[in-house]
Amino acid sequence: MLLQLLFDSKTVREPIISRVAIKTGVPINILRADVGARKGEIIVEIPDEKSKEIERLFNEMGVEVHEVTRTIARNDNCVHCGLCVSICPTEVFRLNEEMKVEIRTEKCIHCSACIKVCPTMALYFPI
Amino acid sequence: MKTIEQINEKIREGSVCVVTAKEMKDIVSELGPEKAAKEVDVVTTGTFGAMCSTGVFINFGHSDPPIKFRRAWLNDVEVYTGLAAVDAFLGATKPSETRENYGGAHVIEELVFGREVELRAIGFGTDCYPRKEIETAVSLEDVNQAVMVNPRNAYQRYRAATNSSDKVLRTYMGTLLPNYGNVTFAGTGEISPLNNDPEFRTIGVGTRIFLCGAKGYIIGEGTQHSPPFGTLMVKGNLKDMKAEFLKACYFPGYAPSIFLGIGIPIPILDAEIAKSTAIRDWEIKTTIIDFGVPRRDRPVVREVTYAELKSGKVEINREEVRVSPLSSFYMAEKVMKELKRMIEKGEFLLSLPVERLKGKELFKPMKQKEIRIVREFMTKAITIREDSRIEDAAMLMINKNVNHLPVVDDEGILKGIVTSWDIAKAVTKGAKTVKEVMTREVITVFPEEPIAIAISKLEKYDISALPVIDSKKRVLGIVTSETISKMLGV
Repeated sequence: MLLQLLFDSKTVREPIISRVAIKTGVPINILRADVGARKGEIIVEIPDEKSKEIERLFNEMGVEVHEVTRTIARNDNCVHCGLCVSICPTEVFRLNEEMKVEIRTEKCIHCSACIKVCPTMALYFPI
Repeated sequence: MKTIEQINEKIREGSVCVVTAKEMKDIVSELGPEKAAKEVDVVTTGTFGAMCSTGVFINFGHSDPPIKFRRAWLNDVEVYTGLAAVDAFLGATKPSETRENYGGAHVIEELVFGREVELRAIGFGTDCYPRKEIETAVSLEDVNQAVMVNPRNAYQRYRAATNSSDKVLRTYMGTLLPNYGNVTFAGTGEISPLNNDPEFRTIGVGTRIFLCGAKGYIIGEGTQHSPPFGTLMVKGNLKDMKAEFLKACYFPGYAPSIFLGIGIPIPILDAEIAKSTAIRDWEIKTTIIDFGVPRRDRPVVREVTYAELKSGKVEINREEVRVSPLSSFYMAEKVMKELKRMIEKGEFLLSLPVERLKGKELFKPMKQKEIRIVREFMTKAITIREDSRIEDAAMLMINKNVNHLPVVDDEGILKGIVTSWDIAKAVTKGAKTVKEVMTREVITVFPEEPIAIAISKLEKYDISALPVIDSKKRVLGIVTSETISKMLGV
């Protein structure tokens, strides 16, 4: 499961992810981090069965948690060229048996890299 | 041995045996070329990729009073009008003057969709063509001719791209991630038309082809034709094209372009041709070149086969790098199947070339007026050792009247650089030796590089001098922004 963690000016200075990982013994995989002086946004991957516990701990430590559900989508413009395949940091795209671009949305971390490179503008985030 | 006439007769009778290039590989390996040539009459090949050298000649008919176009635009994309009064050439990569991510390719696509596009033109106002301007809307139905004529399509193979620099590069080969972050490649390899007839025995001037769903023709070798990097010049009627087999696109940071579906039927006249259509991806070689070097002759990173590229991963400097195609194999397959269907139904007859394409051709670089190179601007470098004292560095700068001292070892190999600013820092820090304050990652140039490269490096990194080195990193001299501006008089 992917979680979006929002840190405010206080929490952004604390090693909260490490604390949660040590406390629960659950490995937390950081997929994307945008951390500034006064706030931060981090997307992490955690095992589904531990999600409740981890979410509660983050909340207790003052971090806002949202489950990432809105994932990348595509329209009819796609010609299955595959340019997105090597751009995506989490390998959401792959060419299947038919050589069509297959999207494994559960791996999407919202970085938008693919949207910017798609030559036919076939990729977008549904609102 | 078969003739084209015999094959066409079979097409008319409905008894022709057509297979796609993909299917043919297995047939030949199973039956051998002799038997395969007896069984199979036609092999359909296909490609579907971004082909920048694409455009459409349009004749709009005459207005009343008539106009001779001086300049004209379709949906704010300028077309070329240096032709007869109302003839124009719409090029795929011409960007719109008003809309982002939109260009000639998109206008072509809208026309094929059956939509109206806005025509705006200004005229010369001559005695025979008095009108000075016009604004109207036209669709494909309204114009007399709309003929796609593409100077260069269907590349036999193409150099794959990667990027050694530390910046993201946005190119016609797609976005290239820094530090060899990915590889992109174009072309469909073993199913691509020219790879299946590398001797140009059946693919030549006059060969009837599938061009975006319409019947088209090869009208010659394409520009930059240089086998095994062969290309084709083709034409076809835009009015007969199908939107499914053509797609406008836009490469960020580069330009608009257009995906075209091109299929070429290869008549299997003898075992020799059957054998050539059995070519496999692992036999088709190309190179991966480094777009991180902004030169015409980009360095080759490694040789590679289409089989490796298609596997999705290649190794560069012992690291696995992910690969993206730029051509759609899915659509290329559709092209081959559609052409196969058209031939089987008797809708598409084969034609013999009336002239063969050149089997050898040189792709020459542009003749340029003298290129000025770094060596001409190079001055002697005053160098220093890394264990030298700061005082000595300062003294050297003052005595020799320089601001930059490349730091070298006993062999003259570059280790770093110190500037007068570094000396000032050394004083405030209390540093004793050059080693403590020098910059280790030095931006350098080679003596044979064009001076334009040195200038862009100076600007990009906001520095004022570049040590000039050889391939062993030995310091040969230095170029400074001061010398360059003095010599160029800017």
